[in-house]
Amino acid sequence: MFRYYVWLALRSLRRNPALTLLMVLAIGLGIGASMTMLTLFRTMSGDPIPQKSSQLFVPVIDNWGPDAHSKSSEPEQDQLNYVDAMALMRAHQATRQAAMYQVGFALTPADPQLQPFQVPARATYADFFEMFDVPFEYGNAWGAADDEGRSEVVVISRKLNDKLFGGANSVGNTINLDQHDYRIVGVLDHWAPEPRVYDVISGTFDEVEDVFLPFTLAIDRHMTTWGNNNCYDSRLPGWDGHLQSECIWIQFWAELPDAAQAQRYRSFLDNYAAEQQRSGRFHWAPLTRLHNSREWMVVEKVVPDESRILVLVSFGFLFVCQVNAVGLMLAKFMGRAAETGVRRALGANRRAVFLQCLVESGVIGLAGGLLGLALTALGLLGVRALLSEDLARMAHLDAGNVVIALLLAVVATVLAGLYPTWRAMQVQPAWQLKAN
Amino acid sequence: MLKMTHLAKVYRTEVVETYALRDFSLHVKEGEFVAVTGPSGSGKTTFLNVAGLLETPTGGHYHLDGVDVSQLSDDARSRIRNEKIGFIFQAFNLIPDLNVFDNIDVPLRYRRMGGAERKKRIGESLERVGLSARARHYPAELSGGQQQRVAIARALAGSPRLLLADEPTGNLDTQMARGVMELLEGIHREGATIVMVTHDPELAVRAQRNVHIIDGQVVDLTEEPRFHGVHAAAHAQSAA
Repeated sequence: MFRYYVWLALRSLRRNPALTLLMVLAIGLGIGASMTMLTLFRTMSGDPIPQKSSQLFVPVIDNWGPDAHSKSSEPEQDQLNYVDAMALMRAHQATRQAAMYQVGFALTPADPQLQPFQVPARATYADFFEMFDVPFEYGNAWGAADDEGRSEVVVISRKLNDKLFGGANSVGNTINLDQHDYRIVGVLDHWAPEPRVYDVISGTFDEVEDVFLPFTLAIDRHMTTWGNNNCYDSRLPGWDGHLQSECIWIQFWAELPDAAQAQRYRSFLDNYAAEQQRSGRFHWAPLTRLHNSREWMVVEKVVPDESRILVLVSFGFLFVCQVNAVGLMLAKFMGRAAETGVRRALGANRRAVFLQCLVESGVIGLAGGLLGLALTALGLLGVRALLSEDLARMAHLDAGNVVIALLLAVVATVLAGLYPTWRAMQVQPAWQLKAN
Repeated sequence: MLKMTHLAKVYRTEVVETYALRDFSLHVKEGEFVAVTGPSGSGKTTFLNVAGLLETPTGGHYHLDGVDVSQLSDDARSRIRNEKIGFIFQAFNLIPDLNVFDNIDVPLRYRRMGGAERKKRIGESLERVGLSARARHYPAELSGGQQQRVAIARALAGSPRLLLADEPTGNLDTQMARGVMELLEGIHREGATIVMVTHDPELAVRAQRNVHIIDGQVVDLTEEPRFHGVHAAAHAQSAA
């Protein structure tokens, strides 16, 4: 019977094209608006590493004291200073751990035809790659020995490898960064975590850097950060002064596979802060936090509150559109009460009438969903024109969004069609046949 | 086949009760052709609606094909309507968007019949009413008489035990009406039980038996059936 109902629904839609167009348009507009906002929201709030998000943690240590807190008693810091980052690295209390910060270089290509250009880079530790399940096209990450030995090695992105080496295996080759040669040990495969989970402070939705190099080497070479650097009080001059200051500029991640290890790490952080208090560095009670990556996205407001409000408003618009669709469907279903009366007389029970109308609602919803998808694509084009390049890059319809749009359209329309369907079901055949 | 005993149908509003049928008793035997007559507002249509299970009686008993159908659920009444009753309406009540074939297909679909069986039955019904060539035509492309023949084909396709006709020639001119009546008589001769509501005495007289309704009650029940056609010949022979 389902196929029969679909066939009847298609005939019914063709019967009154103007009414059908109005209904599909109402639903399509609602779906288009809500899906545009939802697509952006989903991309911004997505979990780029769901398999490990509960195992990757960011430690926070209050190294500024309560005077620096604005309102809440929560620590304001979202990065570590060099002293604390190195203390955590040395303590090695996590299965894997990596301090990191963003740097940048002027890259001079070996090919004289190519002009030097700037490349963003990340100074980090070997564990970074395994922690974030970074895929490699060629070669591997450097090893712990390279971290220790401050080796002049780099891992480069696929994009940079394509640009410099035409996509060939460049492992073993060198690249020149700020007049120093670095040996390539690995080339990343396509990797575009959205948001860029490992550093949501300086460029939440930026592309992954083109070059990765050992943190220790970057420090040795006095590479200043290209990212965020926050200082609360005065600092000593020079590179060493910077390293010894309370300025926070280093992101730190620890991989803690289970709850017990996370709890031990919390205790370790508390003990570390207490030790800093005892040594006279902190003049306040120890205040530390340990957030897993999903919590960290919330703490850092990766998804701004405005986005949530926009999604709510767009769904409010969808609701208004569906209310319109209810009215139109009511007019449509009640307009064929005589036909419903005939069908009832010929043996259709109320359930059959209900299902016929419901399937018709679903077909209308599907048509509205398809139109909504087209409008969503248009909406995202508009968003790309308005937003930053990085956000625009993310604003695309993937298969999941297409499925959500169609499901949303069908479910919302079927729900909207429940009242008209119920009214159609109540048609008294005797009255309709007499009236006819 | 159809047995109504002390049946009542009351329409109630907040201020008034209207008896459409009261103490209504009627027995139609299998194979009978009964004409129900009466003035406007006498309750003919209400009787037909109750007989066709489109409305439920408010009192009394109604047995159809030996089963008490007075107070069945909507689902059960729909099933019986679909399987045992064929309707022929004054206004034909064909679905304008469906062609002849698909109109006749409607009751068979609700019986969840297989495609091949439906096609066979539709073909036979159309042949029976002489409209095989019009299967792909839409109702608007047919004359009134042809539309009523399609309605009859639709009623016959499900092989119903009872045919209920409500003023089947009311919307037709004399020539078309004659054709439809001859068709109904032919169907009756093949053994169908037919109850026809009409206000036309000339049509009523062609039925085996007349039932007259006034103010919702049967006032004149002719017990002795008048036979015609093959039945009349048999009756004459047995009388001799």
